[in-house]
Amino acid sequence: MAVLAAHDLRKFYDGEEVVAGVSFAIAPGECFGLLGPNGAGKTTTLRLCLGLTDPDDGSIELMQRQVPGEARPARTRVGVVPQMDNLDPDFTVSENLHVYGRYFGLSERAIGERIPELLEFAGLTARAGSRIQTLSGGMKRRLTLARALINDPDLIFMDEPTTGLDPQARHLIWERLKQLLAQGKTIVLTTHFMEEAERLCARLAIMDRGRFITEGSPRELILRHIEPHVIEVHGDGVVHWADGEAVRLASRLEKSGDTVFCYAADPATLLASLANQGELRYLHRPANLEDVFLKLTGRELRD
Amino acid sequence: MHLFSPPSMSLRFVPVWRRNLLVWRKLAIPSILGNLADPLIYVLGLGYGLGSMLPEVGGVPYIAFLAAGMVCSSTMNSATFEAMYSAFSRMHVQHTWDAIMNAPVDLDDVVLAELAWAASKSVLSGVAILAVVWLLGLSGSVLSLWVIALLPLIGLTFGALALAVTAMARSYDFFMYYFTLLVTPMNLLCGVFFPVEQLPAAFQAVAAFLPLTHAVAIARPLLLGQIPPDAVLHALVLLAYAAAGFYAATVLFRRRLLK
Repeated sequence: MAVLAAHDLRKFYDGEEVVAGVSFAIAPGECFGLLGPNGAGKTTTLRLCLGLTDPDDGSIELMQRQVPGEARPARTRVGVVPQMDNLDPDFTVSENLHVYGRYFGLSERAIGERIPELLEFAGLTARAGSRIQTLSGGMKRRLTLARALINDPDLIFMDEPTTGLDPQARHLIWERLKQLLAQGKTIVLTTHFMEEAERLCARLAIMDRGRFITEGSPRELILRHIEPHVIEVHGDGVVHWADGEAVRLASRLEKSGDTVFCYAADPATLLASLANQGELRYLHRPANLEDVFLKLTGRELRD
Repeated sequence: MHLFSPPSMSLRFVPVWRRNLLVWRKLAIPSILGNLADPLIYVLGLGYGLGSMLPEVGGVPYIAFLAAGMVCSSTMNSATFEAMYSAFSRMHVQHTWDAIMNAPVDLDDVVLAELAWAASKSVLSGVAILAVVWLLGLSGSVLSLWVIALLPLIGLTFGALALAVTAMARSYDFFMYYFTLLVTPMNLLCGVFFPVEQLPAAFQAVAAFLPLTHAVAIARPLLLGQIPPDAVLHALVLLAYAAAGFYAATVLFRRRLLK
């Protein structure tokens, strides 16, 4: 039984279809990643799933309840980590958790018992009485995550949970998310960090212009869409080399600024050719999710 | 949820109201003093200063006349400020509403909580002024206790109207229009500082439509120890403004935030 299922979801803004027929089902305990460039429709899809906006067509079932009709009771079993920090700046760390627990109709006693566990989980026990303004970005994110867990939800929505964090803070968040998955929680994660999706998500969908353009495990997507070897080449004369030799040897070439990306099933001939090109510098690496993402959504900027 | 369906009313607004109460409690003393200082300066400054040059107004010393107006006016101002600047901060600047709506609380619950909170806070302001009025001996009548029952209605009326304005605001600057076009004219035309009857007929006609006129029409007789004529009618006018404002606010907030 899916904890979240959407069927042929559609949403229009000003005549533009920002969610254009999206269907998916998420099983309990799964970590599902929703990837896509800015404006792809990820956040709108999450808002639709939470019942915060009505779809123009299609159906949603969240925790076995119809959304938007029964969205409010469905949300009692759901936690949300929003993209933007919206902690209460007037409150301390533990007051933020306390006040948020009341919105779920939890008793003062239940909240009181839950707060120390959550502070421990977020590594904020020593900061329980601190004001929000004194917290670092990573602490705020951890508190937002703890706040989303106040009702011990079965399903957690996370909208770009590590955007703007330094690597230490990001790794700590990832480690906590893995703990939650180990406890059997379901996570729906939007991100544009491919590394984050590769580490955490068993299954993911890449979304662009309101549609899911591919779906599968990170490994499946790499096998399905991209050659296994990538050689990134740059330096003087790279264009000359690319148009001459590389275009024959690589199965696919992409130019981005001063760098040429060569994709190949067998990199040996390309590497041999590069060995004779003293001017060029190169990096040979296995293909990853980011290559899939850029191939499918293009390299041009999205704002 | 349909854009125009009536506001859903439930006790789910209570935790949101308590959130605002907790913030207020941290700043309660400066907040009360701030709310009290402005109307008090008016009552004392105009009441004694201007009042000493005036004969009796409406059969009582000017300061006693003015005190009733100031109770209503400061209750209105308090509800208006809370439902505009503070609610706008919570909605638009701090995104507090977004966080709340991720929990099992709907936008209608949040709007009702904001209205109830603006009214609650304005009652505190009104009671504070009333206490000063009693302490200064400007009203000795037992009937004046009834004003305490009137204050929530004044708070709901002006809180609801201000929330409808907040729902349309793109920035804090927008609120200046409301103050210039409605709050200031109400303070000057609705019998706060002088009897409405002193105005030219055209202004009197306008004043009759403005809600503050009806609040003053109930509060002043009560403070002066008289039973207000047409009290039920005046209360119904306030109630109608409160209901219309609340409904408009709910629809406008839905259109803004649930799209």
